[in-house]
Amino acid sequence: MSFQSRKFFYGDIPDDGAGDSVNSQPSISENNWPLWEVFIRSKQGLDHKHAGSLHAADAQMAIENARDVYTRRMEGISIWVVESKYIHASNPDEAESFYEPANDKVYRHPTFYVLPEAVKNM
Amino acid sequence: MPLAPDSRLPTPDYLLHLADNALILGHRNSEWCGHGPILEQDIAITNISLDLIGQSRYLYQYAASIMGEGATEDSLAYLRDVREFKNYLLLELPKGDWAVTVLRQYFFSQFQILQYRALQQKQDIQLSAIAEKAIKETVYHLRWSKEWVIRLGDGTEESSRRMNKAVDYLWSYTGELFMPSKFEIACAETEIGVDPATLKDEWYASVQQVFAEAALTLPSQGWTQSGGKEGVHTEHLGFILAELQFMQRAYPGNEW
Repeated sequence: MSFQSRKFFYGDIPDDGAGDSVNSQPSISENNWPLWEVFIRSKQGLDHKHAGSLHAADAQMAIENARDVYTRRMEGISIWVVESKYIHASNPDEAESFYEPANDKVYRHPTFYVLPEAVKNM
Repeated sequence: MPLAPDSRLPTPDYLLHLADNALILGHRNSEWCGHGPILEQDIAITNISLDLIGQSRYLYQYAASIMGEGATEDSLAYLRDVREFKNYLLLELPKGDWAVTVLRQYFFSQFQILQYRALQQKQDIQLSAIAEKAIKETVYHLRWSKEWVIRLGDGTEESSRRMNKAVDYLWSYTGELFMPSKFEIACAETEIGVDPATLKDEWYASVQQVFAEAALTLPSQGWTQSGGKEGVHTEHLGFILAELQFMQRAYPGNEW
């Protein structure tokens, strides 16, 4: 038993008679558009902060999508994008050996100095 | 509409033409809202819709203030009938597939940017200010739609086939962009409006460049559809207005 498969492309609405190619090459769809991480700088002098992620076919489109998705309400003046696969993250399972050894090293904080009067905050 | 012609002001017909263009294309694009299979592009096209509808509001408000007699932006958008709308036919055509939508947006944004830039230099302060604000939005519409035309035209076999089909479908509606109407010529003579015929060469040059990059063939400038500015529309506009105006027609003065 074989099924005739009907192929739908970006922009087709399944019930309006579009999607006319049968069994052709794979479409560019959400399934194979890579994921991108978006970093937004809200104003001059501040750092870019991670804002979220989105799908896009390439860097150019990722920046445009980020503009439309993450800066609709004046949130930013600069956008960075990086493909998510290029982000390397620490392993949560290694948190103990990674972070806890710092816990008892109080001397790493500059709390043993006497601050001059003039310095209010540090 | 009876009113004292003041040569220092744009004629209502001219403003309505500009406003109707923005409203009708904004409405067409808004049909994608919630239907784009990719969230990010759904938001992009909806943003463009909102920009265009925003532009139409400024223009309707200005037209209403010139027309007086109780006209408001709402009465101009919701209570005029098909024959009174002066938008280009290109803009009322069904949204089609994504290729048709982005190609139409590209054709029109490429036209609008030239028109707004020219308007910005003209004598009417209000219209020049509206143009200045709209330019920033339009530059982005142009960039976004151009990207898509190139991406699809020079993409896969399927995307290129669709883009070529869209070119065949839309091309004969582009000539109307440059056919000046009486009200445009009148406003151009008083240095308030722009004669669209003067934008033609630059528009073709830009389109030619983008088509080359998109591996599309520029059709010859032959016979063209026209009539929109005189209120002679395709059958599609009536359906748009039926949807757009239903609430105000069924429940006059309704607010929420």
